[in-house]
Amino acid sequence: MKLDSKIPKGSIADKWTQYRSSVSLVNPSNKRNLEIIVVGTGLAGASAASSLAELGYKVKAFCFQDSPRRAHSIAAQGGINAAKNYQNDGDSVYRLFYDTIKGGDYRSREANVHRLAEVSTSIIDQCVAQGVPFAREYGGTLSNRSFGGTQVQRTFYAAGQTGQQLLLGAYSGLERQVGLGNIKMYARHEMVEVVKIDGKAQGIIARNLITGELERHFAHAVLLCTGGYGNVFYLSTNAMGSNVTAAWKAHKAGAFFGNPCFTQIHPTCIPVSGHYQSKLTLMSESLRNDGRIWVPKIKDDSRNPNNIPEEDRDYYLERRYPAFGNLVPRDIASRAAKERCDAGFGVGPNKMAVYLDFKHNLMYKYGQSEASKLGIVNPDDDTLTRLGKAVVKEKYGNLFDMYKQITDEDPYEIPMRIYPAVHYTMGGLWVDYDLMTTIPGMYALGEANFSDHGANRLGASALMQGLADGYFVIPYTIGSYLSKEIHTKPISTDHEAFVAAEKFAADRISMLMEIQGTRSVESYHRELGLIMWNKCGMARNEKGLKEAIEEIKELRTNFYKNVRIPGSINEFNPELDKAGRVADFLELGELMCVDALEREESCGGHFREEHQTEDGEALRNDDTHMYVSAWEHKANCQWELNKEALNYENIKIQQRSYK
Amino acid sequence: MIKSMKINLKVWRQRNADSVGNFADYTVEASPDMSFLEMFDVLNEQLIENGREPVAFDHDCREGICGMCSMVINGRPHGPKRGVTTCQLHMRSFNDGDTISVEPWRANAFPVVKDLSVNRSAFDRIISAGGFISTNTGNAVDANTILIQKEIADEAFKAATCIGCGACVSACKNASAMLFVGAKVTQLSLLPQGKPEKESRVVAMVNQMDAEGFGACTNTGACFAECPKQIPLSVISTLNREYLSAKLSGK
Repeated sequence: MKLDSKIPKGSIADKWTQYRSSVSLVNPSNKRNLEIIVVGTGLAGASAASSLAELGYKVKAFCFQDSPRRAHSIAAQGGINAAKNYQNDGDSVYRLFYDTIKGGDYRSREANVHRLAEVSTSIIDQCVAQGVPFAREYGGTLSNRSFGGTQVQRTFYAAGQTGQQLLLGAYSGLERQVGLGNIKMYARHEMVEVVKIDGKAQGIIARNLITGELERHFAHAVLLCTGGYGNVFYLSTNAMGSNVTAAWKAHKAGAFFGNPCFTQIHPTCIPVSGHYQSKLTLMSESLRNDGRIWVPKIKDDSRNPNNIPEEDRDYYLERRYPAFGNLVPRDIASRAAKERCDAGFGVGPNKMAVYLDFKHNLMYKYGQSEASKLGIVNPDDDTLTRLGKAVVKEKYGNLFDMYKQITDEDPYEIPMRIYPAVHYTMGGLWVDYDLMTTIPGMYALGEANFSDHGANRLGASALMQGLADGYFVIPYTIGSYLSKEIHTKPISTDHEAFVAAEKFAADRISMLMEIQGTRSVESYHRELGLIMWNKCGMARNEKGLKEAIEEIKELRTNFYKNVRIPGSINEFNPELDKAGRVADFLELGELMCVDALEREESCGGHFREEHQTEDGEALRNDDTHMYVSAWEHKANCQWELNKEALNYENIKIQQRSYK
Repeated sequence: MIKSMKINLKVWRQRNADSVGNFADYTVEASPDMSFLEMFDVLNEQLIENGREPVAFDHDCREGICGMCSMVINGRPHGPKRGVTTCQLHMRSFNDGDTISVEPWRANAFPVVKDLSVNRSAFDRIISAGGFISTNTGNAVDANTILIQKEIADEAFKAATCIGCGACVSACKNASAMLFVGAKVTQLSLLPQGKPEKESRVVAMVNQMDAEGFGACTNTGACFAECPKQIPLSVISTLNREYLSAKLSGK
């Protein structure tokens, strides 16, 4: 199949403006007759649902959590980027566009990224209007900070809870439309099948997680805003319920999956402490504004880190990347941490951690500045520490508290110990410029699609993309499709396609329940995660990937023979919900390895050991691999590769350097 | 270094909203570094292995922000530590050999779904009634057009950190939702963007709160004591003041 990305003609800076001025519209009275299903209520889903309902469409929104406010966007910490240039430090739409393309290691689509940078500024306006309490300066203006991979301050934030505040803003918009009767909300519902009629997406089968009943829902268009699939690794910073199921059902129904192997491993997470560990906790990238990363120069240095003198410390990011220092992009920071730990310089009980140290900036940056404000001349160390601590507390207090709660160590006193962990997936359902998948009428927004972050996402850009897609992109692009659907009358859910889709889902669920083997769902998930982490994680090679593919196949066969799901179908049964999700991860994991094997190059978060420079940096292969891998599911976990060539007309392609 | 702890659990088991529940006894080997929910994972793994039904409980982000986890531990919502959610509570807060009772949130407005899981959709309906600023996408002016005094922004933020878990309701002898409602009313009425509809908002939210069956506030402060985000009691005075002033102006 030939992929048509539907990129509008014209210069990069005009594409979106021209598109918006010429895209077909749906008149208000027709909108009232058009129904849209939104699956997932995170930033992308909640913003899309509310914006579309405001326009007059009839919206049904679904989430598996007990309330739409709990979607995992809520946990995003550090901030949201926007090219406002409030700091007068040289930011612009072009620069945000450029940073994002470069940060993604030249594997994202120019036109989508430029549009993202363009609408970024409206997002901040929109959120402030909703009552999102961003951090402010004493003069009453909005405050900014830096994130990795940029040299400007364009990140807006609300302490370490930016995602929470943005999501609550979008959620309040959604709930307002629920109250007005324009959105019908289905919480504790999971999408388990796509309904296609004449090749178009016309609805979903959803499972009521309280009663176990399957429900049929019709729509003229279906939006998947279901987040990423990082939980395929079992341990990740995702929520326990985050899953690929809705996207995977769409994939198996004909939606291509783009760049599945592009996974983001976040450099600063709290290290694993034991085999019982259920998830990993992120320590925001914003901490790298003020935290310096180091390991001892001497192997197995058992001294308290505070007693290791400067000359015995290796600030390896500052050493290797003097231009960006501690603020290099995530993929680079993660690999550098792995490199030091693999070389034997790691710290902590398992030697699989590095220090993130705030002492220097706490005392000399903030302590000193506060002392100057107070007119204290020659302050002693205790004064500097006391004054600096108050500033650091205001900036990162909740993160420090969280760290202390988990590790029982006080980061104000002793450096944090951190290690990389799976955080985000750049890959996702392939979409065109309209955000439509290869199934007509089915869209993917936010982390669920592949389009904007290439092979590595920059910090504070996920929130930007989720809200851009929901507030400012889909309300326009959906018109291009729905304007042609105004004659489609609502289709009865007695239609044979609904009956067949429901039966298909019901049979699958019964089949899972009937296995009644000996192993828990959790044990399969954990085993899959280990295969993925060891062989398709921060570093990958041909041999490992080939082994992983075989191991995953075997594990999947075993799962269908031996899994044991307690309880019954028609009741609240979280183990059954989890079984369905793990079954899908067991297929996705294989595709990720297939994709990683096919991509004979290193780029962004995808590091193939066979392809690296002499100093261990990722070595792209632009001649052979400058494309998006869009995988088409054939049958029984057989895939066919389709390629979307990437053309860079506005940015000069370079070897990415942050040195 | 990692020592093992023997924990005796008394866990509330209830098939669904209509059935009668009771406590069941279990014993779990835990490690002090485990979170309370990871200890429940171990328990469930054990139950599944023995062919018994695992305990249903709500949880998702496991980093204290989604507000989904909801256990009353030894009589206290989110357990003995101040300012943390159940998922952030670690077993090091208990001793080897302890007996711990675990129950679901207790309030008429939060019916039990199963075991430790409850239905908190009443909170969504309160927000739906008025917990928002009526602005459509695309209406906004430039974000720096309206300056907001830092102290006001910080106070609004503090109120906005509520995670909607419902511990306040569960802690209150009247099952009052005043801390939850007060937090949202405070956030939005402090900000200039929220002022135009502050009167209709507070009235609509309070009416919905009453309709859902939440009780009245009798100022015991248990809600604040158990709130994992330490939302200050002052939001309740703000709520009362806003409500009174809205009523006096005839809303």
